[in-house]
Amino acid sequence: MGLITLPVIRRMAVCGGTHGNELTGVYLVPELERQRREKGDTLWPVPVTTVLSNPRAVKECKRYVNKDLNRCFTSAILSSPVTDTTPYEVQRAQELNSMLGPKGTADATDIICDLHNTTANMGLTVISYSHTNWVIMHIYKYLQEKITKVPVRLILLNIPICDAYSLESVAKHGISLEVGPQPHGVVRADIFNVMKEGVNVVLDWIQHFNSGKVIEGAEVDVFMFEKSVDYPRDTETQNPLAVIHPQLQDQDFCLLQRGDPLFLTFSGETVGYDEEEPLHPFFINEAAYYEKGIAFHLARKKTLVIPNIQAKND
Amino acid sequence: RLSALCCQAVTLPALSCVALCGGTHGNELSGIYLVQETLKNKRKGEAMEAVTVVTVISNPRAVQQRVRYTETDLNRCFTYAMLSAPVSERTPYEIIRSQELNSLLGPKGSGQAVDLICDLHNTTANMGLCLITYADSDWICLHICKHLQARTNDPYTSVGKHGFAMEIGPQPHGVIRSNIFTAMQEAVHLMLDWVRLFNSGTQFDEGSVDVYTMVKNIDYPRDPYTHNITAAVHPELQDRDFCLLYPGDPIFLSFSGEILRYKGKEPLYPFFINECAYYEKGVALLLARKSKVKIPAIQCSRA
Repeated sequence: MGLITLPVIRRMAVCGGTHGNELTGVYLVPELERQRREKGDTLWPVPVTTVLSNPRAVKECKRYVNKDLNRCFTSAILSSPVTDTTPYEVQRAQELNSMLGPKGTADATDIICDLHNTTANMGLTVISYSHTNWVIMHIYKYLQEKITKVPVRLILLNIPICDAYSLESVAKHGISLEVGPQPHGVVRADIFNVMKEGVNVVLDWIQHFNSGKVIEGAEVDVFMFEKSVDYPRDTETQNPLAVIHPQLQDQDFCLLQRGDPLFLTFSGETVGYDEEEPLHPFFINEAAYYEKGIAFHLARKKTLVIPNIQAKND
Repeated sequence: RLSALCCQAVTLPALSCVALCGGTHGNELSGIYLVQETLKNKRKGEAMEAVTVVTVISNPRAVQQRVRYTETDLNRCFTYAMLSAPVSERTPYEIIRSQELNSLLGPKGSGQAVDLICDLHNTTANMGLCLITYADSDWICLHICKHLQARTNDPYTSVGKHGFAMEIGPQPHGVIRSNIFTAMQEAVHLMLDWVRLFNSGTQFDEGSVDVYTMVKNIDYPRDPYTHNITAAVHPELQDRDFCLLYPGDPIFLSFSGEILRYKGKEPLYPFFINECAYYEKGVALLLARKSKVKIPAIQCSRA
């Protein structure tokens, strides 16, 4: 299988409240800070920067104030000039990029773990950009082994890094940890514990990796984002005409075959999946996606081979 | 309005006008869609015999923005004081709106008020279908409860002569779930069926209804400086609405892992456990006592 040597991990950031109403991260970040105050810097294998990404949105318990912060990290937006009319979140994205980046440079933090919740039944889902980022692929493999309370999956977005729009793309190895289902504005103890365990497992992996051991590769199943599907809408008012079908609701990552029900209209008709290729739906009925015209996303499942890796001090 | 002899049915006037209100909270979607669909079906010419159903989107601004409220919670604006407060430029939108709704559906306490208001709500708590009425001597609402086999009793005010809130959960705010929508749709149909039966002279037998009466609420433990919550509802209490809570049972799990327990002396029934909108009201859960309320036989009085 060969062996790939990679630089040790030196710095990590854990970000919560990128969406101000996704409360697990909003409360986990101060809890990590409390742990650090109580137990000191040796608690973790590397220095961990803890960040409340969107403090104004957190204060108002809203997803965002002017604009979705998690769409503001493309290279274009990060380098756009700031004026009086620049939305709050664009300015904040540029601040976060200075603090944790700059994106695409050698100074960028090694790992960002951005904490999110979803109203969809997605267990613990890792979201990232690159299927050849072996650090990320190994972190995912380790999470899958160690977390048993909920299913763990990886979604890969096929977007080049300069066009990558979310916060974690600022780091050399960035992941979003998405845990659900949880209503926005609510904190559930079981979801909090899954996220807390997830962050601890990532820190654990860093410790193993940095110790210089060979981390064995394997085959892993991943979900590659393919496309989004909107609700059927009234052509005049644009109001949705249907709801996610009860047989699809909560069935994230199932396999959709032709004819399977997708939507139930208010007049009682079923709208079925009419594509040839079976695909896997996820983010089914996510509250925040109604305004983005998304009922769910579809992904193709793939098996990838990840190589053995080893840390090397440079 | 009570009958003189205890063995006879209580006679009450017909319920000729029923108001169905959705979007009192603009992000509780089942009621909003149900009202919009009911309106669409009416336009298509579906008749509603024996009872007039008025449909209302209570807080259109909040519905448009998909928020609970824009300035103040509309569902706390129906006290006599707020309904009669003078309106100025600084009056919050929801108070102006509550006064409009009072004109449209009330005025509260008058003979012209609609006969029955059914206010449609969702909750993030696992409460199933709940009816919330404000008086345990409102025989109409209690008979409807009995008809729907639903349960709760809590002092919220209403504008109509008889009023109740229909609360269905769990559903995240800003999300519409098919099973929850269907449950609300069926419950509203059952309720309107009951009203038609009542109006056509059916006598409904005496009986009893299990009712939960709110005793107190419990707030989250909070940081004394920031006022931020320091714990979540304990996993053993989460989703266990209407399961008896005993002294010593866990109620919170702090973010640092400690268990906090119920310190009351009396076993009580928790509900609205972990309702999103109540964090800002300082409420993690409500506690109720359960009782059986006897309801007399009732029948519509022919005019």
